[in-house]
Amino acid sequence: MNLKPETLSRIDEVITHYPEQRSATLPLLHLIQEDIGHIPDEAIPWIATKLGLQPINVYEVITFYPMFRRKPIGRRHIKVCRTLSCALLGGYKTCAAFEQEFNTHLGEVSPDGEVTVDFVECLASCGTAPVVLIDDDLHEKVDAAKAKQLSDQIKAEAAQRR
Amino acid sequence: MPAPAQTRIIFQHIDEPGYTNDLACYVRHGGYEVLKKAVTRKPEELIDEVKKSGLRGRGGAGFPCGVKWGLVDRKSGKPIYLIVNADESEPGTFKDRYIIHQDPHQLIEGTMISCFANNVKQAYIYIRGEFPHGAKILEKAIAEARAANLVGPNILGTTYSCEIYVHRGAGAYICGEETGLIESLEGKRANPRIKPPYFPAVLGLYQCPTIVNNVETLCHVKYIAQHGGEAFAKIGTPGNTGTRVFCVSGHVQRPGYYEFPAGTITLGQLLNEVCGGPLPGRKLKAVIPGGSSAKILRFGERFKGKRKVGAEMVDYDWGVEDVPMDFDSLGMIGTMGGSGGVIVMDDSVNMVEALANINAFYSHESCGQCTPCREGSLWMKKITTRMVHGEARHEDAALLKSVADQIPGRTICAFGEACSWPTQSFIAKFGDEFKQYPETKKTAKPAGAAALI
Repeated sequence: MNLKPETLSRIDEVITHYPEQRSATLPLLHLIQEDIGHIPDEAIPWIATKLGLQPINVYEVITFYPMFRRKPIGRRHIKVCRTLSCALLGGYKTCAAFEQEFNTHLGEVSPDGEVTVDFVECLASCGTAPVVLIDDDLHEKVDAAKAKQLSDQIKAEAAQRR
Repeated sequence: MPAPAQTRIIFQHIDEPGYTNDLACYVRHGGYEVLKKAVTRKPEELIDEVKKSGLRGRGGAGFPCGVKWGLVDRKSGKPIYLIVNADESEPGTFKDRYIIHQDPHQLIEGTMISCFANNVKQAYIYIRGEFPHGAKILEKAIAEARAANLVGPNILGTTYSCEIYVHRGAGAYICGEETGLIESLEGKRANPRIKPPYFPAVLGLYQCPTIVNNVETLCHVKYIAQHGGEAFAKIGTPGNTGTRVFCVSGHVQRPGYYEFPAGTITLGQLLNEVCGGPLPGRKLKAVIPGGSSAKILRFGERFKGKRKVGAEMVDYDWGVEDVPMDFDSLGMIGTMGGSGGVIVMDDSVNMVEALANINAFYSHESCGQCTPCREGSLWMKKITTRMVHGEARHEDAALLKSVADQIPGRTICAFGEACSWPTQSFIAKFGDEFKQYPETKKTAKPAGAAALI
């Protein structure tokens, strides 16, 4: 597994936060996912060895928590909140707008490789519904028009890179 | 009667222009003065203040904080851990988000005071995975506090040492349940633990005594250490002391967060005056008063009975609008104050579709270890989704109820109750709407009605 030196040093540091190494399972998964973009197969025995666990101990954690993914996703991750408060104010329309803008379906990498759109459960910003998390940034009151605007921004950034 | 004025204790600086989340700004506003005084007092005194304050946990259950602290096993010789529950996962709740992002040092000060009072040497802030910025802000704030000798070894020149680390979750609702959270912090699936006999106060993290408190609760502790338990108990009403932060979302003109002395505002005042009432041309139809697991209330229904006011029993006859927003009053009318998340629905909403949305949430979030919950939440989702997107049958309401009725009381944790209460209460309050749904489906939806599933 090819991890950045910075990731490796953060991994060694975070393990010291806990009296029992197993506690570092989630932090390690986060760090690896942030570095590589997903959790590759070889990460499972790697973490297990690092923390003195069996691979199943790591595997069962990955499959339990929705944020960990086993496959690469698009360059940007668009997570639209699906839960009630957001849905009441048009969350389903917002999600459909993103899918349409990037010609993609939920959970898939868009044909241009730019995004993966997901419908996720409550993001805890119900007062500014509908909300969308794009990578680490929360966007509030995202109706279909604002979804188009955010999509245009992502597309413009992509065009600039090319 | 007009709504009372907001009393912002916890949210005093939230959205204040010029207020930033760094240590310097917090100190300029008197920050960490309370901790400085607290470490000169006896820890037992601080615990007594919290007991006197009557503070009830703000995470959902409303369990008295002082009692929780009183249950901690202090004789085992094992280290005592404190975990800040910053999982904020109950749909409709978004108060802790603002504390963490805008006023993190208030939480850290409250945490350090609570740690000192309970002789805790190691605290963890378990923050939900969906707050990546929040986690970074807290880490930075802890580093600042550590550099200023407010967190870490020998704080403020005393012999007392305590570390705080931030631990990120990864998108599982059940991590808000305290024993699920502990399992998660131990690096496992967040399957809640069987209790009784052992509660976290005796056997928690790493089988050591553990206190799990909500973010807002710990901020209240700071206020209590500053002003005393008696002063805190004077705010609000007996049994519901201090302030309460309400998070209002859904179909009102001004959704958001509002802080009031507990028990002093009614649901009607909150929704109609504070939040500006329904959207133009709409009428309020239903409200979930304490996070999505709380039982729904139907505008137009009435609640009658006797309640204790002071030493006397008096009759009450309330409409939904008249209900005081406190743990006890909401409990009396068959729902709960929970986490303070108030979700409002107007007459554009079809209740079958709203329930289908909630059922999809609980089905997704069941941890899966107890069969009644894992299977029941899935079937409730399947039935309500089929009603909306496939064939709806007149007997579906009875079927849903039969599934929901077999879950609560038969599971390890309260998720069993949380996932069945919506179905039970929606059918109890809006049974006709479920029975009529096969016909309703054939007619046009009200203009502006949003897809919910």
